[in-house]
Amino acid sequence: MGKTLFDKIWDAHLVSQIQDGPNVIYIDKQFIHEVTSPQAFAGLEKRGVSVFRPEKHVATPDHNVPTLDQHLPIRDELSKTQVETLERNAKKHGITYYGLNHEYQGVVHVVGPELGITQPGMTIVCGDSHTSTHGALGAVAFGIGTSEVEMVLVSQCIMQPKPKKMRITVDGNLAKGVGAKDIILYIIAQISASGGTGYFIEFAGSAISSQSMEARMTICNMSIECGARGGMIAPDQTTFDYIQGRKFAPQGKEWEKALVQWKTLYSDSDAVFDKEYRFDAADIEPMITYGTNPGMGIKISANIPVESMIEESNKVTFRKSLEYMGLDAGQKLIGKKVNYVFVGSCTNGRIEDLRLFTQFVKGKKKADNIIAWIVPGSKLVEKQAKEEGLVEILEAAGFQLRQPGCSACLAMNDDKIPANEYCVATSNRNFEGRQGPGSRTFLASPLVAAATAIAGVIADPRDSMN
Amino acid sequence: MSRDKLNIIHSSCVPVPIENVDTDQIIPARFLKATTRDGFGENLFRDWRYDKSNKPIASFILNNSVYKGSILVAGKNFGSGSSREHAAWAVYDYGFRVVVSSFIADIFRNNSMNNGILPIVVSEGFLSEAFAEIEKNPEVKIKVNLPAQTIQIDSTGREEKFEINSYKKECLMNGYDDIDYLLNIRPQIEEFEKISAKIA
Repeated sequence: MGKTLFDKIWDAHLVSQIQDGPNVIYIDKQFIHEVTSPQAFAGLEKRGVSVFRPEKHVATPDHNVPTLDQHLPIRDELSKTQVETLERNAKKHGITYYGLNHEYQGVVHVVGPELGITQPGMTIVCGDSHTSTHGALGAVAFGIGTSEVEMVLVSQCIMQPKPKKMRITVDGNLAKGVGAKDIILYIIAQISASGGTGYFIEFAGSAISSQSMEARMTICNMSIECGARGGMIAPDQTTFDYIQGRKFAPQGKEWEKALVQWKTLYSDSDAVFDKEYRFDAADIEPMITYGTNPGMGIKISANIPVESMIEESNKVTFRKSLEYMGLDAGQKLIGKKVNYVFVGSCTNGRIEDLRLFTQFVKGKKKADNIIAWIVPGSKLVEKQAKEEGLVEILEAAGFQLRQPGCSACLAMNDDKIPANEYCVATSNRNFEGRQGPGSRTFLASPLVAAATAIAGVIADPRDSMN
Repeated sequence: MSRDKLNIIHSSCVPVPIENVDTDQIIPARFLKATTRDGFGENLFRDWRYDKSNKPIASFILNNSVYKGSILVAGKNFGSGSSREHAAWAVYDYGFRVVVSSFIADIFRNNSMNNGILPIVVSEGFLSEAFAEIEKNPEVKIKVNLPAQTIQIDSTGREEKFEINSYKKECLMNGYDDIDYLLNIRPQIEEFEKISAKIA
């Protein structure tokens, strides 16, 4: 029987298999940020052990950094302590550290791929559930807890049972104005916020393989939002072209050698998945969420469901969500007034996302009621946005490009949406209070965010696209 | 590092009959700024437990002193979302040693077991019976027998077997953790590195 892409990589990293217990899996690269690592470093110091393979870790602060005036000391004392603790731990243990003023600083999941650190066939972990982003390059990448961060620091291994395998195939052509974010929001709406629990997903099909590398990252990024451990896409020429020439990509002979190995990374034609879904790209429209988990998504032109359409077991969640969101069953979202727009995060904070947003708002004006936070995913994204002239276009339309960080995705810094305010966000979670206590989030694509920022109300980007 | 040893837990329960409780509800992001593992219990379910002026919200279950015990009984898909282990630390620090639900998110499940909390997945029928019994009488106890892998509602006698792999079961029963295990097999890990370097 053939092997799945996931099996090939997982099995090649199997150090040992404990009888009726987890697998011990070797980890090629761990990304570290300031929020989920201090207790791991404290733990290993308490045990009196050293970091086993310091060269296999990369650290950068992202979760609670300010997105303005990064050259100044962080004002929030607790955030400052966490960032300083990360720097101290990284330096003490010989781990590469991209601090706030380093040219490579940024959201870990943006930094890894753009520097060529993330490569096909690798096992990658980080104390962050959106580590699945790296799966877009054909790596097995997933989020872990702090105890596991410590395990990887001291042994370069984690212990986990092998997940089941799911394949989600999307074939066909996407309509105009529909992109990667809509694909993944559509999938989660179809299979629910827990539909992937226990599984590792492989995304496949023509609507996936025709996506750019960055768009694929958006798709894999949100695998966790349907409960899956991770998501991945088989590497192909798009992947190789993306990696070639990046800072830490293999060079010369090493590149040739790597390519030979990477080209073996696909699911064999007779590989068996524990579960399969198939979707038609033509069914996907620009999507938006109305509730408080990412599975509560609808086509932007649709109305919020009425209660009779909701499964019995989900009715309580449905009612509770609408109450929190201040919305009614059956209501239309287009035309709903919102005062905040957030573009950024590990889901949609890359250069292509900024280009999409900028192209849409070019020559238009931001609505007066809108407060928009446009946050690049990394220093390199910020630099490129400046070089490409995006910043001028944004400014002419009334927008400002901020500095890199996780920002209003989880509002650990000052970028908080006030209570009861609505925000159209390109990030990944619409949980209660996610963007600040009492905040109300509509998840959507950069294009929907752009259309909304111009209209001042939720708007369908297709209405003003030729 | 040694932790509490779990064996038989016989306790009244705290019910949170809400589905899809994500880790942002268990512990909101603004409380993740600590650099130690301590004290997260006071912010467990923070925004459901306290209002904007930090006054306890009377209608929330944790503010009702009738409900207490070391077993948290929660609605389907508990612990979804962020990988923050702070959620497990908060649950533990508050005093829970067992989390019962009909569906528990993967990462939260792992994080729980790495922190001396036993996550138990029960059938939908068992879960609704547990909620109903606790509603009738908040003092109803549930008996969790880790060695036998059984969970039973005292008042009705309904019992179910639950799954846990024997390695994790032994860890929880003896207070072992994975880090001790991994440190012990470092030579095997080094051997793995040599072999894979040759293949690559």
